[in-house]
Parts: sequence; C-alpha cells; structure tokens
Amino acid sequence: MTWVPACKLDDIEQEGAIRFDHGGRTYALYRGPDDSVYCTAGLCTHEAIHLADGLVMDFEVECPKHSGAFDYRTGEALRLPACENLKIYPVEVIDGEIRVALS
Amino acid sequence: MQGIVIIGAGEAGTRAAFAAREARFSGAITLVGAEPHSPYERPPLSKPLDGAVQMKPICGLPALEATGIDYHQGVSALRIEPDARSVVLSDGRTLAYDKLLLATGARPRRLACPGAGRALDFRTYADAAAIFSKAEAGGRVAIIGGGLIGMELAAVLRGKGVAVSIIEAAPKPLGRAVPARFAATLHARHMEEGVLFYLGQGVAEITPDAVLLADDACVPADIVVAAVGVVPDMALAEAAGLATGNGILTDAFLRTSDPHIFAAGDCAAVSQPDGGQVRFESWRNARSQAETAARNMAGANEAFAATPWFWSDQYDLCLQVAGLPLPGHQSIVRTLGDGELEFYLDGGRLVAAAGLGVGNGIARDIKLAEMLIAAGVAPDPAALMDPGVNLKTLLKSARAA
Repeated sequence: MTWVPACKLDDIEQEGAIRFDHGGRTYALYRGPDDSVYCTAGLCTHEAIHLADGLVMDFEVECPKHSGAFDYRTGEALRLPACENLKIYPVEVIDGEIRVALS
Repeated sequence: MQGIVIIGAGEAGTRAAFAAREARFSGAITLVGAEPHSPYERPPLSKPLDGAVQMKPICGLPALEATGIDYHQGVSALRIEPDARSVVLSDGRTLAYDKLLLATGARPRRLACPGAGRALDFRTYADAAAIFSKAEAGGRVAIIGGGLIGMELAAVLRGKGVAVSIIEAAPKPLGRAVPARFAATLHARHMEEGVLFYLGQGVAEITPDAVLLADDACVPADIVVAAVGVVPDMALAEAAGLATGNGILTDAFLRTSDPHIFAAGDCAAVSQPDGGQVRFESWRNARSQAETAARNMAGANEAFAATPWFWSDQYDLCLQVAGLPLPGHQSIVRTLGDGELEFYLDGGRLVAAAGLGVGNGIARDIKLAEMLIAAGVAPDPAALMDPGVNLKTLLKSARAA
C-alpha cells in the first residue's frame, strides 16, 4: 500500500466529488457535508461511467447516466441498476492536503 | 396460486420480474422473451466497443434462477385468453396467470417505398450486429430518419470513418423530442463531423446501391438503415379486446381495460392526471413503469408518477432532458463552461429542464433540476440563469421552506 498525494481539501466542493487519476486507474474523491473525505473506485460498477460527474447528496453519490447510487463511505451499492459494491480506499487529510492509500 | 406472467423480456419486463420479488411477491413469476438471449440492455447497442456490438445482460441466468423467475427464452406469446386468464405460447404451452404484464415494447416503423425491404432496422442485438459487421471505414451508410436513434448511429459510424448521410422528412432533425436549441447544436455538430443532411425529403425508392429521394436526388449508399421511429407492439392486446390507442391504454395504476392485465414500457399509453394518455420510449420510463406495475400486481395500489427523463450520447456530447418541455413554456438559459442548460417554467413553476454538454458535465444539474421539478418549486428565474448559483442550494432552501 502506498500513500499517494491527491489534491487539496479545498479542491473539492463540500458535498461534492472530483475525479482523481493515478497509475493508469481512475478514482473518485468525495468531501462529505461534514468535510470528511473518502475515496472510491472512479467508475460505476454497472457501466464504465465516471462517478465524479454524478450528484453527491449527503453520503450518497448517484451515477450521472443510469442513476445507480452508492454510499461513498462504504462503497455499498444502494440503488439499481448498480448491484456490485464499489471498492474503497483509505484517505487521510493533513494540513488540508489529501492522500489516498492505493494498493 | 397461478402467479404473474410477463410477456416481453426487455428492460421493462425483466425489471418488473425482479421488482415483483422485491415487493415480496411469493408466487410464481414467469418471464417470456422472444429473442434468443438472456435479457439484455438496448442502450449499449449503439455504442460498440472496439468495433464489436456489446451484449450487456440486464441480469444473468443465475440471477433469474436465484430470484425464482422462470424465464422462457426464444418463445413468444401467440394469444391471450382473458376469460380463462391464460396465455398461449409459441412452444405450444399455455400459462395461467393471476396477473399478466404486457411489456411487449415497440417495433421499428416500416418504410413503405419500393425497396423498403433493403433497409436495415436498428432495434435488437441482431439488428446492431448486422449494421456494425457491414459498416466499414470508407463505406457509405444512409440513415433514413434524423431522430435520436438515427443521429446516435450517425455519430458512432462517423467515429469509425464511415461516410454518413441522413435523410429526414421534416425540415430539421431531432424535431420531436429534443428542445429546439439543443437540436440545432447537435445538427451543427453532425455537419462539422461531415454528416450530409437531406432535409424535408421523402424517400422514393431504395435501390441496391442508393436511396432515391422524392425530388429525384440520389444518395449513394452501401447500407441503408431505417430509423423512422417505432410503433407500440400491441397486437396481442388488440386481439384480446383490450383498449388501445397510441399504445395499450392503461389507467394511472398501469392497469389495462382488463383489471388482471397490466402494461408498462414502450407499449403502454398511460393515463395522465390532466387527461389523455402518454406513451414514452425511454430506458428510465421502462424501468420505473415496470416497478410500479410490479408492485401493483403484487397487491399495491400506486399511481405511476415519475418525471420523464432520457439521455442521448452523440460524439463527446451528452444531452439529458427531464420533464416535457413545450413551446409555450418560459425558457431560461444558463450558459456553462462547456455546455448549456435550459429551464422551462409554466406559470412560474419549474416543469422541465434540458442540458447539453461535453461528457456527463450537465448530468448533476439535470438531476437537481429533476428534484426541483418533483418538489413543485417556482425558482427565481435570475437564479436559474446564473451559473454561480448552485441548484443544490435552491433545492435545499425549497425543502427547508
């Protein structure tokens, strides 16, 4: 596991998400309504759609295409057509800088 | 108990089968599909990966089995016997039902000109496979019909280096379902990409190597695709004496004129609160009607009420439309960095929204607009126009009010 610097906390809107690409893979970083930060795999498990383009409400992200939804804290698939959970990655925020532990 | 029988294993029929189980229906569920595949998604058919048509299953056979859904593949229904509450299948079997769902979908409208049989349809996996296996770089495809399906197909074929002509009877493409400003943007993009348009043109004849137009013009083509819309598949319903119009007529609960028979998806013309019946042809509608019909077949009594919504991908652009924009609505445009949103107000209330942008850039705003529409909000037009105002803020203040 390697800790990879991703971005600043302020780069992500509160209750929002951004896309983060590293090592040929794509991830989504989320900032919750309480400023907590999370990281999941970047693509919806139903079809290869970037989740960072989707709507974040509370701790839920909705796929921008087919409205599948996930709890981005746990990666749990909450609504069809998504039925497979998202992979999640540990995140830490130090002095406003976000790092993600990628395997 | 005889259980639920579902005719049609497309998006609506398949979703209904699972939704009935999710509604804790414990009786038998039988799903009858005429195509020789597991139930599959149609939207990916226009988006081949590496040249090959995608076969994306809605669910695998194991999921059908695990959910206790009896799937009859490659079998069609020959007739309904409403008095006996049974359906006669093409394999000779007869299925009895307590509740029957007609999810028969729609079929491509046929051209009537000489040589019409030379045109390929674009509806099923087999149709898509036929088109994409024949359309090669340097080849020429003529698409008859400048609607969403024709325009999406044109974009994909241009990406493969195929020369594309679109022949449309109306003076402009995308005139039916797409708001005028976005139809114009997409039309301009297709012209930039080299698509040739023949507008306001009827087709006189399809020959082995061309489409001849009513004004005697000749559009050379190796492949001709007919994309002139679909007609609801309601032959079974008509033969069974059910009420039909522009689709199988249902009440707000998706019940047909026979209380034991429901209809959902492309084939259903559903009663509206303000009168009349409306039939939609979209992926989301197929799923949401299927869910309501399934719950009602399982014993609920739920009126169907969902904001219509669809998307269309063309080149790197994505269009999304929520609600039903009408020419009489007040239009408010918000200009974004790489896209545009248009909001539609009726008496001050937000009733529809549409957006066109690169990638899925406008998706989040359209979703928020959909929630604002559902909440019955009358937003300040200046706030809708201002890209600095987050629609989420409008939604939250509306919900707090």
